[in-house]
Amino acid sequence: MADRIEVGFKEGIRDALGEKTKKRIIDNLAMPVEKVATVEVYTIAGELSALELQKAAEGPLSDPVIQAFSINRPLAKNFDWLIEVGFRPGVTDNVGKTAREAITLLLGENTGERKIAVYTSRQYLISGKILKTDAEKIAAGLLANDLIERHQVIAARDFDFNVGLPAFVPQVTGKDEPHVAQINLAKVDTLGLLKISQDKLLALNLEEMQVIQRYYQNPSVLKTRKKFGLDENTTDVELECLAQTWSEHCKHKIFNSKIDYFDGQTKKTINSLFKTYIKGSTAKIRKAKGKKDFCLSVFVDNAGVIKFNADHNLVFKVETHNSPSALDPYGGALTGIVGVNRDPFGTGLGSKLIFNTDVFCFASPYHKKKLPPRILHPRRIYEGVREGVEHGGNKSGIPTINGSLVFDERFLGKPLVYCGTAGIMPARLNGKPTHTKEIKPGDVIIMTGGRIGKDGIHGATFSSEELHEGSPVTAVQIGDPITQKKMTDFLLVARNRGLYRAITDNGAGGLSSSIGEMATYSGGCEIDLSLAPLKYAGLQPWEILVSEAQERMSLAVDPKKVDQFMELARKMDVEATAMGKFTRSGIFHVRYGEKTVAYLDMEFLHGGVPQMKLVAKWKAPKNAEPTFAEPTNFGKAFVQMLSRLNICSKEAVVRQYDHEVQGGSVVKPLVGVRNDGPSDAGIVRPVLDSMEGVVVAHGICPRYSDIDTYHMTACAIDEAVRNAVAVGADLDHLAGLDNFCWCDPVQSAKTPDGEYKLAQLVRSNMAIYDYTTAYGVPCISGKDSMKNDYSIGKTKISVPPTLLYSVIGKIKDVRKAVTMDVKRPQDLVYIIGETLDELGGSEWFAQNNAIGNKVPQVDVKKAIKKYRALYKAIQAGLVASCHDCSDGGLGIALIETAFAGGFGINIALKDVPYRGRKRNDYILFSETASRFVVTIHPKNQSRFEKIMAGNVLNEIGFVAGDQLFQVTGLHGKLIIKEKISKLKEAWQKPLNF
Amino acid sequence: MTRKVKAIVLTGNGTNCEMEMAHACKLAGAEKFDIVHISELLFGEKRLSDYNFLNLPGGFLDGDDLGSAKAGANRFLHAPISGANEMLIEELLKFINAGGLILGVCNGFQLMVKLGLLPALDNNFTKQSTTLTYNDSGRFEDRWVYLKANAQSPCVFTEGIDVVYYPVRHGEGKFVPESDAILEEIEKKNLVAFQYCDADGSITMDYPANPNGSTHAIAALCSETGRLFGLMPHPEAFLHCTNHPRWTRENLPEEGQGLTIFQNAVKFIRGKKF
Repeated sequence: MADRIEVGFKEGIRDALGEKTKKRIIDNLAMPVEKVATVEVYTIAGELSALELQKAAEGPLSDPVIQAFSINRPLAKNFDWLIEVGFRPGVTDNVGKTAREAITLLLGENTGERKIAVYTSRQYLISGKILKTDAEKIAAGLLANDLIERHQVIAARDFDFNVGLPAFVPQVTGKDEPHVAQINLAKVDTLGLLKISQDKLLALNLEEMQVIQRYYQNPSVLKTRKKFGLDENTTDVELECLAQTWSEHCKHKIFNSKIDYFDGQTKKTINSLFKTYIKGSTAKIRKAKGKKDFCLSVFVDNAGVIKFNADHNLVFKVETHNSPSALDPYGGALTGIVGVNRDPFGTGLGSKLIFNTDVFCFASPYHKKKLPPRILHPRRIYEGVREGVEHGGNKSGIPTINGSLVFDERFLGKPLVYCGTAGIMPARLNGKPTHTKEIKPGDVIIMTGGRIGKDGIHGATFSSEELHEGSPVTAVQIGDPITQKKMTDFLLVARNRGLYRAITDNGAGGLSSSIGEMATYSGGCEIDLSLAPLKYAGLQPWEILVSEAQERMSLAVDPKKVDQFMELARKMDVEATAMGKFTRSGIFHVRYGEKTVAYLDMEFLHGGVPQMKLVAKWKAPKNAEPTFAEPTNFGKAFVQMLSRLNICSKEAVVRQYDHEVQGGSVVKPLVGVRNDGPSDAGIVRPVLDSMEGVVVAHGICPRYSDIDTYHMTACAIDEAVRNAVAVGADLDHLAGLDNFCWCDPVQSAKTPDGEYKLAQLVRSNMAIYDYTTAYGVPCISGKDSMKNDYSIGKTKISVPPTLLYSVIGKIKDVRKAVTMDVKRPQDLVYIIGETLDELGGSEWFAQNNAIGNKVPQVDVKKAIKKYRALYKAIQAGLVASCHDCSDGGLGIALIETAFAGGFGINIALKDVPYRGRKRNDYILFSETASRFVVTIHPKNQSRFEKIMAGNVLNEIGFVAGDQLFQVTGLHGKLIIKEKISKLKEAWQKPLNF
Repeated sequence: MTRKVKAIVLTGNGTNCEMEMAHACKLAGAEKFDIVHISELLFGEKRLSDYNFLNLPGGFLDGDDLGSAKAGANRFLHAPISGANEMLIEELLKFINAGGLILGVCNGFQLMVKLGLLPALDNNFTKQSTTLTYNDSGRFEDRWVYLKANAQSPCVFTEGIDVVYYPVRHGEGKFVPESDAILEEIEKKNLVAFQYCDADGSITMDYPANPNGSTHAIAALCSETGRLFGLMPHPEAFLHCTNHPRWTRENLPEEGQGLTIFQNAVKFIRGKKF
């Protein structure tokens, strides 16, 4: 029997959440609700006495100044509809967990043997003339996500105001009956093998299944298996472990495949895109840099590591969490950010996290068309993802200093949620370098942090099974930033005291992946799954091994230090469990109690997956060239462009992220006279005693993929580099990360254009090689997500091939940094770089419903020269403002520069160095790469021009004190004269919710 | 011999501004600026009585899951110190009685208010009489705000300050008193140390200058002795000019305005009055 404590606001106290919910119902669903009030519900199991319930309610669960509570009696009154939303069984309930801990502490020794559990739900009390179907729509379409939450909708007339709702305990009803299935693959035919793969959601292809089949027939394998009570049957533990380890997600099979590439003229065989282009380019760059090579650990660990200075290293990783965010935007994105936090945290000996960066790709939140089945409205995805990352980032105390929102209708099928995190580590600790890993046979395997549940089982292979009441949710996880924060606080202390030898995170594939990978350092391992701490009973051994339950790190601990490690964990209130030991047996050996449940050759586990062979065929698309005329009203054109989702202000999102915690904020995402101009890059000082800064920036331009992914990639790399250079980063100390989000590029009945999509991938990789080597900006880590398609019934939506290129770099003295806002009237306005009529895939063409073909192409030699000169000018203190030209080109860069600084700008287009069709709109909105708008004080003009000599640049106007944006067109006529405040308003409006 | 300033910066369970808070203490000249995990207090490894300046930094104690700092306050009230026959709250009250200074920022301020450390009318340090709740906007926001100091306040931390500019970074910063009588007493005793104001120093209820809709624009409170002080904005986030959002366009002194709060504490502890 459980009890219900309800907590609501007292009369006259503003219910901010209720108000916000009301606004969302009106904005998103256009329903005329008058009032929404909220009530928090705590359902408490554990037989608390009436007095204890009273103490809990008036103590930790309510605020006596503003809240009222009731026990086993409803608070709800004065409503038309009551909607109560609670979690389904097994879904992470962070508030419930905190409430349980608080009540347990409150009761102290009186808790005794009682097992207290708290489950939270929330009531929305809605007043307004709406129908039951409307209330259902509010519940299912806005307040509850049926995948993870259950809801009830009750009309006031059906509600018992004396009794209220009965206490309901969403407990997982599993029993502890461990079972290991034995599967004999020996005589299974090809169809049967595929069926096993499909039925068990293994996502293994026929060839891979056959390799596994053969492994179990090898006599020497059989001989050793027999010693441990196993035979020619594969166990479900082994099969699942192989499927996780060999998944596309973990093994990057497409990136490592052998590809025959034809581009119409030449044929080429590529043995692994990853080795050829990504690793290949980094190796070449490192060699060229020689003694100046700053890379320390690339592609071998959870994140890349570079030198920051003599005493510190920087660690950086960007991940994606697209599929989970499509299903549960909040939980998916929250897990995305706290998940990527663990990558730099679990790199080398572990790093302290210093910033986050997020890039989201959505369909328009104003999407009006009918939604295909199982797709959530883009507005809901937008708000859920935003909030998930807010909670994940802010609660972890990591500033979010950089990011983007990118819009395209094709992200309706799957949103892209890129989350990145950097860390800093001392270069040496206790006399040893920190960026490498070492594990000795005999080291104890310890898992710390959260417990294991069925969360995210098959996350790496993914499940789309229907969910039902009583069965825990397996597809979706919800992160718990505080459990993770407690764990990372503890592990940093343990690291500094030298209490562990190696660390890694538990992400995709869970223990099978984390311990499996760590075991390669010592040459084997032996673990006992029965020791694993579980959230609830009823997990099978294979589930324990592959569960992707969050907030866990795995460690290798010297046996002599285990006691100290465990003692510190206990004191700091972090769960830590010894699971076994690392060995040099060459075997991944898993037991459940005394019984061996998996016994796999390490070599087979990690090296056994057969290489895929694929074909890629490139044929350049031919898009229609647009025929629209130059606009007659440029004021209107600017308002249209500034209102475009890819250009408009993202301030409402940025403000909800803490971008200055840790005290080292230097260039914030929002700058300028009113703190609302869009920064090109972020800068922080991670070491507060020092003036050295870390710069982070990124480039992303999926629209160009409609023409050529080669140039899309080149432009993304250039955009990232020039954004960093714009704030003052040193081009010679810049490292990159590639994150590919592709649509399925494997030719099949489902994907008839797979060969073309693969060719797009090949071309993108070629550009990575060509441009990173040219810039000397090596990839140090990266990730690919290859199946960003939606396919239900006849509807198929594939995302445009999207590369996010992120860079991390250094500025020696942050006091030299430059922001993008104009500083004072009479300063001179320059454009650096020549403009070409490259409007293919541009925002201006998109505004006019065209794609075109002339995609911006990066002239890397000229770009490098410009960037180096600009760096010198910034170092010399000659640059008052610098803004890169990207979406919307020169015109948008100019107006943003102007209104961010609060002064007008006066420009003559005839002075813009330009090659191409002579049209004012083309000069203003072409997206030619490698350009900046710079303002300088007149007294610095000659010095600036001297430093920049040899580059294409020109003075094109001046900063005006009159608050007007004025552009004189090619023929000497004033083509635009608008108040900057009017243009700014257009820019601020679209996403201000 | 001048008294040594021994600052303790408490962390753990979701606190996240401890590093810059300790740095502020260091820059202000404190002799000791130890970041101490709350477990070290609970296991008796560190004692509050070894310090005279307690810093309660910002963050999300227990995720603010039960309302900001609610579970954190519950821990302070009900957690025993192992090995000592004492509760953590008793050690805290002893620290206050010994004349120690307490600075609570953001989540630290929320914790102080919910424990009753502020405003602690009639020196009752365990009765909550005000609260900090959800911003009127219903959302977390990071933005810089101007603060007007109350020259009549006994607050030792704000001495000599007129108007300062600090960032707020919170979702629950709206100050609400239990009753009009409480508010009146707080104001009569000048326990309001900072109010949100415009750039020119005039106190405002207008969003976003008043970022959360606080009653009477109250951003900070102190105790009657002036030694206990809590505020929603983050002084430790403005220790260097480059922290200022407009440092590239305004001529600012190298030292950030947030440091004054910590320098005042240090000066007070060193001074005769302590």
